Amino acid sequence: MTHRAAAGHPGGSLSEIDILVALYSTRLRIDPKQPDLVDRDRFILSKGHASPGMYAVLAEHGFFPHKELESYRVLGGICQGHVDMKWTPGVDFSAGSLGMGLSFGIGCAHAARLDDSERTIFVMLGDGELQEGSVWEAAMAAAHHELGNLKVFVDRNRIQNDDFIDAQMRMFDVAAKWRAFSWAVKEIDGHDMEDILKGLEWMDGITDGPAVIIAHTVKGKGISYMENNPAFHGAAPSDEQLLQGLTELGVEV
Amino acid sequence: MAASRDGYGQALLEMIDDKEVVVLEADLGKSTKSLHFRNARPERTISCGIGEQNMMLVAAGLASSGYTPFASTFAIFTERAFEQIRNGIARPNLAVHICGSHGGVHTGTDGSSAQSIEDLAIYRTLPNMTVMHPCDDVSATVLTKQCRNLAGPSYMRTARNKTLVLYDGREDELEIGKGVVHRTGVDVAIIACGVLVAKALEAAEILSADGIEASVVDMHTLKPLDEDLVAKLTTQCGCVVTAEDHLLIGGLGGAVAEFLVSNLPAPLERVGVNDRFGESGQAEEMLDLLAINTADIVAAATRAISRKKL
Repeated sequence: MTHRAAAGHPGGSLSEIDILVALYSTRLRIDPKQPDLVDRDRFILSKGHASPGMYAVLAEHGFFPHKELESYRVLGGICQGHVDMKWTPGVDFSAGSLGMGLSFGIGCAHAARLDDSERTIFVMLGDGELQEGSVWEAAMAAAHHELGNLKVFVDRNRIQNDDFIDAQMRMFDVAAKWRAFSWAVKEIDGHDMEDILKGLEWMDGITDGPAVIIAHTVKGKGISYMENNPAFHGAAPSDEQLLQGLTELGVEV
Repeated sequence: MAASRDGYGQALLEMIDDKEVVVLEADLGKSTKSLHFRNARPERTISCGIGEQNMMLVAAGLASSGYTPFASTFAIFTERAFEQIRNGIARPNLAVHICGSHGGVHTGTDGSSAQSIEDLAIYRTLPNMTVMHPCDDVSATVLTKQCRNLAGPSYMRTARNKTLVLYDGREDELEIGKGVVHRTGVDVAIIACGVLVAKALEAAEILSADGIEASVVDMHTLKPLDEDLVAKLTTQCGCVVTAEDHLLIGGLGGAVAEFLVSNLPAPLERVGVNDRFGESGQAEEMLDLLAINTADIVAAATRAISRKKL
């Protein structure tokens, strides 16, 4: 997708992808035939620039034909540059501006509670995104309101737009920050499927307040020249790089 | 005399049995008057603490799930969440209704930090957004309740201090997007909003004593502007005065100017705050200091008429 569009965000799409696959395959109670059903689980991709990862999973789960992936960043296409609820079936939040998804998820969680519904609200945040102060307004609010139906992942890939997070604005102990905001916190390897599934089970058991999993991930996971390389936060691979990347991922080309 | 913020509180109270209505507060429920709803329906009132950015997006999440949120704080503090409103509410066209109280220099002694004089301009810039500034408590109640029928988001500024009640028994004349003619004259059309509607009516009486007859309109909705009414009055009177407790840039005067210059060029004099901030003072003192009181509307009308005769 990013190669075709000659733009976009491959690195963060690959760091989040294993968690998305696990969520869509094992947890989310959603129906691609009724993407707007009110009483469905929500998945809010707050780091909305990592849209190629989400579009691929949505297509795989039948929300739209794979052919539509070619419309990524193309005029009139359903796959907008950043995920957008008004354009793409299966997208629950119009993201693109960082620091907003958790608050929106809190609204969805309140609605589920008012509806007396069992539905669960999942939110994925980027770690760079945690630099936005409004995330912590939201973290405080979710704990205050004891939103046990709100489950959050932090994609801890340690890289943001310009550089490594440690060079831009250090996070120090991310888990300790969430604990200090009275969240249930667990750390996992965000590329180890067994660890991810165990994490989801752990989340299921937290019902008296919000839960967050800090998922340690690798930006550009699976493609040697992208892995842990800040240059691939927001850059598309060349023809040659595409071929190499797909080969490394085991895709027949 | 009553304050339009009380009208907002009254509207929420009248909607307590509407199960889709939820109210969001950012610590200022006692001031914006959402507290009455909270007292009646605590389970449908969400406290967001002093966190406006979060509040606006929580409201968006509720709207996306089928609820109709009414979120209020001071007008000035809604602006802190402008980008959340832009990207999280207006862009996906979610029916979140924002009430900014204590707008304008009329707010008084709290001083310039609390006196939003730019809110109407900045919310007018957002696609999908309805922008209102009612002039009394009755119209604030009626228009707030009508928001329930809007398909998209809205912003309403209410005032802290009491003003003349103009709509008691005239509730049926109010409709979002339609200005209300309070006085008919053929010499000048005075189009006002908010706390300056009562001042415009006073100004019209003073002008009348000098043999000048003014039409006076309460343009409670700035966006969408009632262009038909502006066109009709401009044709009828040949010149226009706008009056608002807001900057001259981008508010009611800006909206009317934008319409007239493209459609029906006519002399227009705008009464508003001229590119400066307010300060501490009583409401009336502030209107005098910033030259947006009754006498200033009279003077603007005289200027507009003289331009017409050139």
